[in-house]
Amino acid sequence: MENKNIYEPYMMRIAKITDEAPFVKTFRLEFVNPQDAENFSFHTGQFGEYSVYGEGESTFCIASPHTRKGYIECTFRQAGRVTGELASLEVGDSMGFRGPYGNIFPVEEWKGKNLLFIAGGIALPPMRSVIWTCLDTRENFKDVTILYGAKSVNDLVYKHELKEWEERPDVKLVTTVDPGGETPEWKGEVGFVPTVLDNMKPNPENTIAIVCGPPVMIKFTFPVLEKAGFKDEQIYTTLENRMKCGLGKCGRCNVGKVFVCKDGPVFSRTQLKELPDEY
Amino acid sequence: MEPIIKIIKSASLATIVDKLKGRYPRLYAPVKKQELVELEVINGFNDIAQDYLLTTQSVKKLAFPRVEKILDYTLQKGNIQQQSPDTSNFPETVLFGIRPCDASGFRSLTAIFNGDKPDEFYKSRYEKLIIISFACNKADAYCFCTSVGGNPGNTEGSDIQFTPVDNDEMLVEILTEKGKAVADLFSDLLSDCDKPVDKQAYLANVPVVFDVNKVIDNTTKSFNNEMLWINQSLRCIGCGACAFVCPTCACFDIQDEQNMKQGARLRLWDSCGFSLFTLHTSGHNPRHIQSHRWRQRLMHKFSYMPEQLKVVGCEGCGRCSRACPVDMNIKEHLLQIAEL
Amino acid sequence: MSDILINKVKQLLSDKAIDIFIGHGEGTGGRIRPIFVRTPEDAEQLIFNENCKQSWANYLLKPEVKAAGKIGMMATKHALRAMMQLASEFQIKDNEVLALYWDNNELKSSADFKEIEAYLASQNHDILPHEQEMIDKLNAMTTQERWDFWQKEYEKCIKCYACRSACPMCYCHHCAAEGNQPQWIPVASHQLGNMDWHLMRAMHLSGRCINCGACAKVCPMHIPLNLLTYNLITPIQQEFGAIAGMKHDATYALSTFKTEDKENFIL
Repeated sequence: MENKNIYEPYMMRIAKITDEAPFVKTFRLEFVNPQDAENFSFHTGQFGEYSVYGEGESTFCIASPHTRKGYIECTFRQAGRVTGELASLEVGDSMGFRGPYGNIFPVEEWKGKNLLFIAGGIALPPMRSVIWTCLDTRENFKDVTILYGAKSVNDLVYKHELKEWEERPDVKLVTTVDPGGETPEWKGEVGFVPTVLDNMKPNPENTIAIVCGPPVMIKFTFPVLEKAGFKDEQIYTTLENRMKCGLGKCGRCNVGKVFVCKDGPVFSRTQLKELPDEY
Repeated sequence: MEPIIKIIKSASLATIVDKLKGRYPRLYAPVKKQELVELEVINGFNDIAQDYLLTTQSVKKLAFPRVEKILDYTLQKGNIQQQSPDTSNFPETVLFGIRPCDASGFRSLTAIFNGDKPDEFYKSRYEKLIIISFACNKADAYCFCTSVGGNPGNTEGSDIQFTPVDNDEMLVEILTEKGKAVADLFSDLLSDCDKPVDKQAYLANVPVVFDVNKVIDNTTKSFNNEMLWINQSLRCIGCGACAFVCPTCACFDIQDEQNMKQGARLRLWDSCGFSLFTLHTSGHNPRHIQSHRWRQRLMHKFSYMPEQLKVVGCEGCGRCSRACPVDMNIKEHLLQIAEL
Repeated sequence: MSDILINKVKQLLSDKAIDIFIGHGEGTGGRIRPIFVRTPEDAEQLIFNENCKQSWANYLLKPEVKAAGKIGMMATKHALRAMMQLASEFQIKDNEVLALYWDNNELKSSADFKEIEAYLASQNHDILPHEQEMIDKLNAMTTQERWDFWQKEYEKCIKCYACRSACPMCYCHHCAAEGNQPQWIPVASHQLGNMDWHLMRAMHLSGRCINCGACAKVCPMHIPLNLLTYNLITPIQQEFGAIAGMKHDATYALSTFKTEDKENFIL
């Protein structure tokens, strides 16, 4: 049965906590009510409202792939009132989750194509969901390349999974850190994501590029893709704006006439170009 | 249903109020409170303001209150229990003497709240409203309902409408089944209309100042006209008065309040005019200056809502202009946009 | 008076002495509204009469106004005091804002803090009689009566924050009402949230309020908010000898230690 109260969250229990980087954690959440777990479904790209009772709600994507059932994961950086309290929760504690909201990555349409994932900093989580979705059905896709950059080695999230991807023969992983962020042991690239991407000379043929990162990274990455010959419809990204309801009602996440919470968060660059500069 | 037209003696209004009071648990009407006219629970006809143009605040608070509890919970470490507030028992509420622009304002609110995922709180409260409006026989310099598709005798959204047609008589239009059930309470006071009444002749004269379609087209086209928005909003001080008195503004905030044992999640009025409305935790703000926030206010009402919800998000009541501390007269601004 | 003002502003704009002028203009149905004049032709819209009592000092820090260039402003006594107070809080600099003001029917202009201070010193700054009467009435009430009075007033508040937006001294980019770690002031516009908000605001304005009354004038719910801040003016003056907005280099009474400060509050 669907909740009558659209603002009532699912009651979740924290099953696992992973420290990813300074102030960044991943929670694995399981449904307290088994019925909820059974009825719940989502698709990669979607997000939700995570709540700490007594503090409020915060918006993040679902960082786990929809190919793995029975739980969801979220990764967040401790920054405000809600995330500050979230960070103090422990395994076994209860919290709320409302969702899933928003549109999805059109993974079905990407079958038979090469995939190029480009992520920066804390924007790997939305990408992680779609990366694992594709890797869990690896046979559907051709070459899979992941370019991931962070400020410093310490700031790279999902370190254990990066290692796993690195070791997989069917994934090409390139990691980079900003100049000055490297350690003596660092074996990856040093440089900003757009520059590293440019040096990689990405081949646009039969390839989809998925870009997630801070606005400034996105701004400088698009021209590099364009230069390499990627067309607008070959490029996808996700937008973030401040949200409260997630349902297209509260009125704050719109970019022009488009509500990021309902019509997004996933946009192709073709769609993005039609939007005004309001994100 | 086909409206039923009747006539009533104005002197019978007091009896009607008494009958409504006896039948319905809550009866709201405009009440004069010093400089304000507010929609309040009344005890009898004498509480009702005699001479008023509009209530200071709109009627939206009866379906979309300033503070709405949307979730209750108890907080015990390891054992949090949550419960949704009961929405099935909101009392039947009669709104007596509100204006047509208020009654029709529910169209926008309903489009936003009910939409594809209905908001039970709004929906249940609105369903319990019985709206008895009074057509306007006067208007002021801020009124412009006729420019946005309304008029001083607009019956949309009303269950019954009264129009003062003569010194001692009123035209009664019974417009809905709900209205009919209410009118049955005082059917003995209603008489038939012998001859057709020219309602229009008794209504306030509110001249049409602009073509709303031009406003819709031109706002839609003007997103990047930075100087237009800066010039219009230079004197805007970024408060929320306009949004809070507006009958159609529905933007809201969600906040938790708790003590050590229990808490509640609240839905609160919010305004796109506030700088914090869209501020990201990172410090980035997509609408970082007031002109962008003013643009949002007009674009939302006159471009996004018409396109997506098929309603213009404005009733032309002029409350925002009256409440504005710096006299941002929306009618003037819309006229300027229509003439672009 | 309007003509003298118009000619003066025309000249200032054509001489490029200022880029934008904030003045009084005709609003809806006889209301006065702030207008922003950028060209000599537009100066024709300026008016000045006995109804032009509003202070526009709250615009001096607005980014879009500052972006227009050098600012000129028709300044009432309250606007000038707001300027001095803003200067003492390092929000505007000497010779940054050109103020036009009437001194015995003569239109003067100055951006010089010393000159403005001298003018202010020559003026009477008493609270208007009817406002003093209200304050006296409030002070004569019992604590319970005063509590009830304010509770009734706070009940009307819709938390539109017009009081804050209109106040020349409420210029914080991030207001204490919006700090949420911890959440000092409940966000909701209920009885407690409203009372906390107005008391907090009054406290933050104690010793800074220049009694322009804008908070009350702009309140759409007609709450006499100025009585809250006015009532703090006398104690600050009595305890610390400080009056806000009279000197550009005044130190803030509540954050400045002086050896001669009274210590009678220490038990």
